[in-house]
Amino acid sequence: MYATNYHRASSVQDAVKLKSEADEGKYLSGGMTLIATMKQRLAAPSDLVDLRHIPDLKGISVNGKSVRIGAAATHFDVASSVELKAACPAICDLAHHIGDPHVRHMGTIGGSVANNDPAADYPAALLALDAVVVTNAREIKAADFFTGLFETALEEGEMIVAVTFDAPAKAGYAKFRNPASRYAMTGVFVARRDDGDVRVAVTGAGAGGVFRHSGMEAALAASWSPDALSGIAVDPSDLLSDIHANAEYRANLVKVMAKRAVAAA
Amino acid sequence: MAKVKMTVNGRQVGSDCEDRTLLVHFLRENLALTGTHVGCDTTQCGACVVHMDGRSVKSCTILAAQAAGSTILTIEGLAANGELHPVQAAFKANHGLQCGFCTPGMVMTAVDMIRRHGANLDEATVRSELDGNICRCTGYHNIVKSILAAAAEMAGAQQAAE
Repeated sequence: MYATNYHRASSVQDAVKLKSEADEGKYLSGGMTLIATMKQRLAAPSDLVDLRHIPDLKGISVNGKSVRIGAAATHFDVASSVELKAACPAICDLAHHIGDPHVRHMGTIGGSVANNDPAADYPAALLALDAVVVTNAREIKAADFFTGLFETALEEGEMIVAVTFDAPAKAGYAKFRNPASRYAMTGVFVARRDDGDVRVAVTGAGAGGVFRHSGMEAALAASWSPDALSGIAVDPSDLLSDIHANAEYRANLVKVMAKRAVAAA
Repeated sequence: MAKVKMTVNGRQVGSDCEDRTLLVHFLRENLALTGTHVGCDTTQCGACVVHMDGRSVKSCTILAAQAAGSTILTIEGLAANGELHPVQAAFKANHGLQCGFCTPGMVMTAVDMIRRHGANLDEATVRSELDGNICRCTGYHNIVKSILAAAAEMAGAQQAAE
């Protein structure tokens, strides 16, 4: 790892100020991606602004159907929140299957969302849940937030404060894990609202990152069952191909994981 | 370079280190606590697992500076009064190791796992909880046996105490 300067922020304002004063600063949350990347010398920020100790970023609150997850909530916090499990168990289940127990004790929802790894789990949940990413400056709908591989709508210096969404009537998540990295080779989050609106979001498979599948959404809106997806074709032309799986394989995984997600919902 | 202070195995410690120093190197090199191992160095193998403020973490992927002010427990801090911790004793009794390199991380992981699941631990849960710990010798069978034995032993001891 190249040399860096560590700063611990005490508040959101303090963090923004510390980062603005840095040469090439980066916000550091759980660090489960950033520190690993720095060790490989794939990232070399001049300064790190640690967000883990900012009280305003902590906590999960559920008020009826309205859910707010602080950016510094760890995957373990999300997985084990009793209130959240009652409102939207699918997101708890998703968090419980990120990485391993030690990674879940450190990694945060804010960090994962800001990083927008194309194989991360949370982007699929946020898109399917029609969530809002709350930053220090504004509120951004998930549909406008994830803009490409490792790309988001965040401006320079802007930081995520919380993620909010209304709990759906039903939701489920299923992923096919890369057996070594535990990242999603394909993950599908499905959510159905009381008014019948259905969203299907796919992570780990799209060449441009997380995406919605309108064909599956229409089929599930007509009939909410795994069988409703049997006749759906998933086009491999916009999917990732790598040493783990080619696009055709992933196209099949999208369908299989979508069926499992509906069955789990 | 900054003075990093934390509580390690019940003792207040402080040492100068670079901001980029990893917690595992701080423990091993600054504090000479070499029980915590560096295995893969890529956040996968779990040989470096310690507890930070009561939760298991991978000390190869945390800066010492991030851990400043926290309470750390390492494998050296488990045994009390010269008696092995029940998890250590169970690894010994069940031959839960071969070369022993992964063992500190396995034991620290097991202690955290038992804290969270208690007597409810079953084999499937133990195996899935070991996701972040790699052993290249044992094939895991005796590690799983050790953890289940320790969980049962600790639940029994707790019941007896009540």
